Amino acid sequence: MATRPETRREKMRLMLLLSPSIFWLTVFFLMPLILVFAISFGQRGTYGGVEWVLSLRSYARFIDSLYLRIFARTMGIALATTIICLIIGYPLAYFIATRPPQWRNALVLLLMIPFWTNFLVRTYAWLFILRDQGLVNMVWTGPVHHAVVRAAEVLPLSLLGSLADATEAPLGLFGTNGAIIIGLVYGWLPDMVLPCYASIERLDFSLVEAAQDLYANRLRSFLRVIVPLTLPGIVAGSVLVFIPSLGAYVTPDLLGGAKSVMIGNVIYSQFMSARDYPFGSAVSFVLMAVMLVGTLIYFRTGRE
Amino acid sequence: MTESAVQLRRVSKYFGSVTAVEDVSLIIRDGEFFSLLGPSGCGKTTTLRLIAGFELPDQGDVLIGGELQGETPPYRRPVNTVFQNYALFPHMRVGENVAFGLQMRKVPSKEIRRRVSEALEMVQLPGMESRKPDQLSGGQQQRVALARALVNEPKVLLLDEPLGALDMKLRKAMQLELKDLQERVGITFVYVTHDQEEALTMSDRIAVMRRGRVLQVDEPQRIYERPVSRFVADFIGDTNFLVGVVKAAGRGTATIEVDGELAFRTPVERIPGPGEEVTVAIRPEKISLHAEPPHDQAVSGIVEEVIYVGTETHYIVRLTRQTTVFVRQQNVAAHTTVTFPEAERVYLGWDPEAARVLAGRE
Repeated sequence: MATRPETRREKMRLMLLLSPSIFWLTVFFLMPLILVFAISFGQRGTYGGVEWVLSLRSYARFIDSLYLRIFARTMGIALATTIICLIIGYPLAYFIATRPPQWRNALVLLLMIPFWTNFLVRTYAWLFILRDQGLVNMVWTGPVHHAVVRAAEVLPLSLLGSLADATEAPLGLFGTNGAIIIGLVYGWLPDMVLPCYASIERLDFSLVEAAQDLYANRLRSFLRVIVPLTLPGIVAGSVLVFIPSLGAYVTPDLLGGAKSVMIGNVIYSQFMSARDYPFGSAVSFVLMAVMLVGTLIYFRTGRE
Repeated sequence: MTESAVQLRRVSKYFGSVTAVEDVSLIIRDGEFFSLLGPSGCGKTTTLRLIAGFELPDQGDVLIGGELQGETPPYRRPVNTVFQNYALFPHMRVGENVAFGLQMRKVPSKEIRRRVSEALEMVQLPGMESRKPDQLSGGQQQRVALARALVNEPKVLLLDEPLGALDMKLRKAMQLELKDLQERVGITFVYVTHDQEEALTMSDRIAVMRRGRVLQVDEPQRIYERPVSRFVADFIGDTNFLVGVVKAAGRGTATIEVDGELAFRTPVERIPGPGEEVTVAIRPEKISLHAEPPHDQAVSGIVEEVIYVGTETHYIVRLTRQTTVFVRQQNVAAHTTVTFPEAERVYLGWDPEAARVLAGRE
């Protein structure tokens, strides 16, 4: 029993050490979260603000097909972003991880350098690339168009003819889901590459040799050995891309124009222009629930 | 037994400026237990990887079962490998590991199940199919790796220091077991090791390698008794080297003078020229010690150290100011007492055939 004051003192010390982070989490994370949660059950006042009544109206409003469609589109865009990031990021990570060690850090650094520039600035750059008077369309309606027209004069094929017509007008990339996906893939690619790289670098390549020794060709040793053993990296990268893509606001705002709206923009407009705090909070919470499910999937796979 | 399981024809392999294997020619016979023996970095593992197809030769040809391999990838070669670290798939159970090769070759699943359980029985791990590799001991993992390779009934089994990670006792047991297994299945084994005792114990023939080259290919007994170079004699077992100069030579013998202090006559295979520098190699257990000269030319020396090690007594005998020899005497008598005390003069005797005369110093 003589040890009791000792353990109590230990506990006190532990609490003291933890208190800054507990304070931080309470004030900047937990309290706002509770506040938003509480507001989501309120009602919009006539002149904005919140009427504190216990109501599920905001959640009910979310079932409206307009918002569900936006939500479905958001899910689709986030999913497409994740898959494209995986398709580009995994081979890239594999390439980096299989270079000589002295090259790897340099290549990872090269991957990171563009991201030292402000995210907003880089997204604006995509605006200049994708818009109708942008870089892509300058090439499309300029050199490409001329080349196709010239070719059509020499070879009177109907395919070339229709291509010549098509290249006359800009592609209309801006303001589409495609433009948003391009922007998001660009923005979150390193978040896919780095975890994949970490797990591929840790992979014991004698296992790949063992698979090949046991008659597995390249594709089969990839599918049966490399993928399962680097799955933690794939899952981590996917979650790290999927979750921020789901909540994206800046990218759809700049590249999606008025036509393509994601759920992040809905939340923004509810708080900033519609002044419907309860509805904005409710949408936030639904989004958070979806992200939570994603994170749980991540942790479950990580444990395996 | 006349057909070759593996043949290397003047194979060389370079990694950048490093020569891993240089001009190696080997014929490994069908059904043979063949060892590649040498210190680390001698090219033995690269040689094995060239046979497996993980590396392609820069020069020369690799033939398996008489067929030129060229650039055939590993997954199309009729060989299987037991890796140094076993390389068991950590995400698969033991059964899945062993079944992997058969699945890749699309063997019907019923047959796979039967052959996997037979293979596990063969390596004395029956019924272990559902274990994960990390639940097994090192020795058990080793056996699974063996089963995973043997279940495919390869033409040739390649083993890359498979016992390296095991402790001494398990190692000895596994050596005998491997040899026994090889005789039972009749598959050609190509075995890479740096442990000379292991190679001598298990092999039908041994290739001793150094710096990417093969120095000698022979049966264990000939490797030990008739080494062709100082390196081979030194690498396999203990050997005394007497560096000397040829005084006279003729009719299959030469008189060799050591450090200008002693001389003896010994048979030679190649008649050396007078004045040529040679090294005489004699195994410590081939030398006998006598109180009186056993013959009129016997070499003598002073006992410098006596070490009793139970089964044997070791002597260090100083012959000249620069040269000592190491002598092993079996303690065959019931009550062995030290027969030659330190600082006493002793006479050395050996069967003339036991002394190997090798050219040069090195």
